[in-house]
Amino acid sequence: MKRESIIEILLCTVSLFSLVSLMGIVLSIFGEAIPFFREVPFLDFITGKRWYPTSEPPCFGLLPLLAGSIVVTIGAMLVSLPIGLGTALYLSEFAKPGVREILKPFVELLAGIPSVIYGFFGMVILAPLVQKIFRVPVGLNAFTASLLLGVMTLPTIASIAEDALNSVPVTLREASLALGATKWETATRIVLPAAKSGILTSIVLGAGRAAGETMTVLMVAGGAAVIPRSIFQPVRPITATIAAEMGEVAMGSVHYHALFALAAVLFLSTLCFNILAERIKGREG
Amino acid sequence: MRRFCLFILFSLFPLYGSKTVTITGSTTVLPIAQYAAEIFMQRNPEVNISVRGGGSGVGIANLLDGTTDIANASRPIKEKELKRAKEKGINPVATIIAKDGIAVIVHPSNPVTALTLEQIRKIYTGEISNWKEVGGNPGTIVVVSRDHSSGTFEVFKKMVLEGEKVRPDAIMAASNKAVLTTVAKTPGAIGYIGLGYLSSDVKAVKVDGVYPSPESVVSGKYKLARPLYMYTRGKPSGVVKEFIDFILSPEGQKIVKELGFVPVRLPEEK
Repeated sequence: MKRESIIEILLCTVSLFSLVSLMGIVLSIFGEAIPFFREVPFLDFITGKRWYPTSEPPCFGLLPLLAGSIVVTIGAMLVSLPIGLGTALYLSEFAKPGVREILKPFVELLAGIPSVIYGFFGMVILAPLVQKIFRVPVGLNAFTASLLLGVMTLPTIASIAEDALNSVPVTLREASLALGATKWETATRIVLPAAKSGILTSIVLGAGRAAGETMTVLMVAGGAAVIPRSIFQPVRPITATIAAEMGEVAMGSVHYHALFALAAVLFLSTLCFNILAERIKGREG
Repeated sequence: MRRFCLFILFSLFPLYGSKTVTITGSTTVLPIAQYAAEIFMQRNPEVNISVRGGGSGVGIANLLDGTTDIANASRPIKEKELKRAKEKGINPVATIIAKDGIAVIVHPSNPVTALTLEQIRKIYTGEISNWKEVGGNPGTIVVVSRDHSSGTFEVFKKMVLEGEKVRPDAIMAASNKAVLTTVAKTPGAIGYIGLGYLSSDVKAVKVDGVYPSPESVVSGKYKLARPLYMYTRGKPSGVVKEFIDFILSPEGQKIVKELGFVPVRLPEEK
């Protein structure tokens, strides 16, 4: 009995570890971000259209960076959503077991490729291709970044959506088929709506992954802090800004605190994504 | 098991009684520090030098925190950092260990071979946006710059931009290597990199009539050059001084030159 209680306390302490880490991270991000708003008015930050952190006087405008993050996230979703959902639907409803066993590991393997490799591939091979095919001045732009992020979020969407489709009771399918519906009608009109919340969760988590991805966009998005007028313009997502500028910034400067303010924005938006995903999941209950 | 313990013991043993030097900072200076440290440690087995990157800002911050002995920097210390140092009662001393030229590069297929500082400034601020305005084939100029907080950008800003801002839609690359790759793969691109990174994938242009080379940097004819620093707390002393002296010695400066940087002094002609 005594030994059991020791183990229980031990396990409790271990599980508290992530909570403590999270608290520590939140406190330090917001703690370091607060001094920034003493120097730069909050409204100037969220409505500013220019990001020139080291000019005299500096400009700390969030909009171009936020626009960069949003554009590549939406772009990535446009790529991964149809492919990911199609993959999930095929794997769970149509594929023969043999095909499924071969295809599924490949989709999952895609998730295991480190993002720096995607970035390198994008920079050296994909960007010059995009530049030639679309006759744009430069291949490092929102379009190329979206393509890569789309491929990167594909496994998230495909595997979570497939799990959702699989968890739809077989009886529903059998009932539908028995009433004379074709396989396609059953998949799209019965199974897909039944798995709706699971599929929404997969989309939200996929979008969260795309918005939080750093290395690939740092290498491929081009890094220009402008609100893009075309998908072929370079952009500078929030994550890439923090990664690129943190190394050389003078500690304690306004710029340093500005990067923490960006981190806070990023943290809050990924938090929203996760809460959204949890709520969708909870609704299914 | 006992053999394993002995192994651990022996591998830890050299650390006892050894002198440890920590070096952190600019990624531009990193290869010099790394290479010099390897040779220095071979000669002085009792010394243990650990070299890390992180960037000039990180290096100086660590120097002030006391977590590094030498801070590599590709820019002079900033007012703000100096103020922090004073608050902590630290006197950061700079030693120039090498110089670095900044080469302005274009795609090898670009017919433009020379630009003036004025033209480069106008290209980077957006006043000039087509190659035909500087004697090239008509086509959009793709401006590639380094990130706002990179030491290379800081020097470029001071020497070329004269306080003006880089056009907001310029590509911002995170490293010298990234600038090189982007310019090498983009026919309309212009960029700038440390002299040590120059390769045949790109073409360096003459700036104000002078081609970038170690010789033209040392003689001062090539304008786009900067000193590289090692910062210490107070004047270097002990092993730290020995190490910095080694880099400044003719042998150390030969390493500097081998790595594509420019020695502080011209080596004597043979």
